[in-house]
Amino acid sequence: MEVVILGAGIVGAACAFHAASAGLDVTVLDRGPVGAGTTSRGEGNILLSDKEPGPELELARLSRDLWDEAADELGPETFEFEAKGGLVVAGAPEGLAALHAFAARQAAADVRTELVDRVGEFEPHIAPGLPGGVHYPQDAQVQPVLAAAALLRAAVRRGARVRTGEAVAAVTGTGGRITGVRTADGVVLPADAVVNAAGTWGGEVGRRLGAPVEILPRRGFVLVTEPLPPMIRHKVYSADYVANVASSDEGLETSCVVEGTRAGIILIGASRERVGFDTAMNPAVVALLAAQACRLFPFLRDVHLIRAYRGFRPYCPDHLPVVGPDPRVPGVLHACGHEGAGIGLAPGTGALITAQMLGRPWRGADPAAHTGLLPERFLTTGGVPK
Amino acid sequence: MAEPRDLGGRAASREPRCLGARRDEPHDLVVVGAGPAGMAAAATALDGGLRVFLVDSGPAPGGQFWRHPPDHAREGVPTEALPAEDLHHDLRTYRALRATLTAHERTGRLTLLLDHHVWTTAREADGFTVHAVDRSRAPEERAVVLRARALLVATGAYDRQLPFPGWDLPGVLTAGGLQALLKGGGVVAGRRVVLGGTGPFLLPVAAALAGRGAAVVAVCEAAAPSAWLRHPAPLLRNPAKWAEAAGYAVTLARHRIPVRTRTAIISAEGEGAEGERAEGEGRVAVVRTASLAADGTPLPGTERRIEADTVGVGWGFVPQLDLLLPLGCGLADAGDGTTAAAVDAGQRTTVPGLYAAGETCGVGGAALAMSEGRVAAVSVLTDLSAPGLPGTRRLAAERRTVARHRAFARALAQAHPLPPAWPAWLTDDTTVCRCEEVTAGAVRSVRADGSAAGHRQVKQLTRAGMGWCQGRMCGPAVHCLVAAREVPYTPAERLIATPVTLGALADSGEPTADHT
Repeated sequence: MEVVILGAGIVGAACAFHAASAGLDVTVLDRGPVGAGTTSRGEGNILLSDKEPGPELELARLSRDLWDEAADELGPETFEFEAKGGLVVAGAPEGLAALHAFAARQAAADVRTELVDRVGEFEPHIAPGLPGGVHYPQDAQVQPVLAAAALLRAAVRRGARVRTGEAVAAVTGTGGRITGVRTADGVVLPADAVVNAAGTWGGEVGRRLGAPVEILPRRGFVLVTEPLPPMIRHKVYSADYVANVASSDEGLETSCVVEGTRAGIILIGASRERVGFDTAMNPAVVALLAAQACRLFPFLRDVHLIRAYRGFRPYCPDHLPVVGPDPRVPGVLHACGHEGAGIGLAPGTGALITAQMLGRPWRGADPAAHTGLLPERFLTTGGVPK
Repeated sequence: MAEPRDLGGRAASREPRCLGARRDEPHDLVVVGAGPAGMAAAATALDGGLRVFLVDSGPAPGGQFWRHPPDHAREGVPTEALPAEDLHHDLRTYRALRATLTAHERTGRLTLLLDHHVWTTAREADGFTVHAVDRSRAPEERAVVLRARALLVATGAYDRQLPFPGWDLPGVLTAGGLQALLKGGGVVAGRRVVLGGTGPFLLPVAAALAGRGAAVVAVCEAAAPSAWLRHPAPLLRNPAKWAEAAGYAVTLARHRIPVRTRTAIISAEGEGAEGERAEGEGRVAVVRTASLAADGTPLPGTERRIEADTVGVGWGFVPQLDLLLPLGCGLADAGDGTTAAAVDAGQRTTVPGLYAAGETCGVGGAALAMSEGRVAAVSVLTDLSAPGLPGTRRLAAERRTVARHRAFARALAQAHPLPPAWPAWLTDDTTVCRCEEVTAGAVRSVRADGSAAGHRQVKQLTRAGMGWCQGRMCGPAVHCLVAAREVPYTPAERLIATPVTLGALADSGEPTADHT
């Protein structure tokens, strides 16, 4: 079976890794280098802690196990895999009650949670006086570009090819079934299946394939400090992050996630703005993130910010990724719209896409079980987007 | 050595009393960078009736060209070390500009903000905001937001560095760094100095060091002297440059400083490291030079070993574009392996209301920078419909000056290219990125496996350029190691132009100063 994967970001790389491992004939097509889009603009979060029970959490749990497998297989050092755990803290007692209730629902969905009374014992430099929090030992971290590059290299070792180019249209045969992809330079890559793993540009790629899905950009800034000796042990964030991730508000939202990395720098994320693909710097966002980070960790006041970057998370209107075959164009599968969770969800997505192409379970991904993320949910009868 | 008493001008009070209030008021124009371009631009804009913020990170105006100790620090500097005529050219112009600026400071039209580091700028509906931190009371750092209808970026350029084995030893500096030490505090950085690199900038540095007692034992110029003969016209049209070069030649001859052309410093070794290069070896003690083939490959059998305690290396300069890139400013190939701000004949960038002058538009020297500054200011006056436009004849003359100097700068760049084969000097364990300790071998290996298409990708895969300097030092070198030769270096976009404390930022976003 010939598979063309559109996109060499973390999701495309994970799809290629699993599909090639399953013996499929894989070609990855991207207009740019590996992981040059949203993959290189995030923090490398692998989070269970911020997810409500539901289809996304199911995929996240599978994905978390597959990250462990990938680390075993490729070496955790290859992509700076670190199972550091997350610590979600409440700013006020009423917030703590809500956080505990949220954690209880997650625990019922098989997420490991530990209630923490004295957050200072977990994070010695955290602001005093916080009422408590929840520890999520499964939360982890990777360096996303290294991870995408490592997964893609492994796929290539299993026979996959990587090409530079841009997909412009689907080539279809009888019954509208896809038979190939036409690139901007006129080449037709034959394909029995085409995977739309174009991330934030997945909406446009879907349109070109005749299978539009609504994927919109949500801008985020991440701040990077000067390198320091280890000061922060976990991914630490305030409980309102969860509310923001799920929010559909148009305006700016910030709720900072603070964490140290292996390189000694501290990453501070993450704002959310719906401003289209506007790349402009927003100093107010930077100031707000800085203020929130300093409230969580007062020592940060004297630490220098040396870099900031921004990217565009791909989100679907219901804030769930779209993973699976498109009913309108047989042979097209979508694997995009992961919003801020693409790194964490990538291996699960790759396994699920592979399972869907194989028509049988693959590495714990069962097409019959993971149905909540299928593209059908956007389509009215007749295949028109809702 | 007659020290011009008022090099720093009469405006010795560093912060006028009403400064805080004035900073909050919107002005017509913000000029970032108070070097020759920025000073000339500000003076012209002020004379034309505009209200101007002139912002600089240094403690005194003048930029690198007229770098000098700040007024308040003079007492600590020995008299003989104070800036002198042989270090600073055209001090008359500096004093005239300074006098103009001081006069406008008194009238309240100019708000001069020294020790202010701009960390970002943003476009607004009615102009620009310029976000700076005030470090005049360091270590205290206070965030400041300036507002104006127009923005002129004159942030200059910085030394282009090419690594070589041993370049990270103590005592190995940039040629620009050596000169900055001389100008800024009268510091002669060493006793036995070897200079290397390419371009005429090496000559004034050699002359100034020799004039202050250092033994400059060699100046290694990678280019061939005959390179100039291929482009004689721009040189002939710029007689002042001839005279300047002749002056250095006389000084170098007087001090018997050998200038070796087609020669480069290819390695350096530290004290006590002869044959046993170890971690943490001491200051540089020995450099090795070699004659170069036409492509820059060291010729076998031409190596020389020279004892030296200080090495200055200069491979030209890189335009400082950090504030321009995030604004979406278009770029142009500067012809010397770098990119610069793309500007029209009026120094307008591709972004409405945004102007650039001086080395940000391509390296070309102070005279060019001043002309460009004045041309840019005239465009600002025109675009803002200000009353005080200078005559069209003066503007035409200024534009001719710009064209003449630009042609000269292009000829200079062609006569002093980077030797294409310079990476041949590197061993796989030569550090390329000093902040993150990334070696040439690591960069070469990501290039070899095809995953790195440019220096941005190398950064993601190796961390080269991710450290404190954010690739300002290693970026051009990493670019040369991975990119095609004809592609000029374009720096990575840096949303944060200078490191700034999170506390200062936090306070700027919270006017109520709620730190709880």
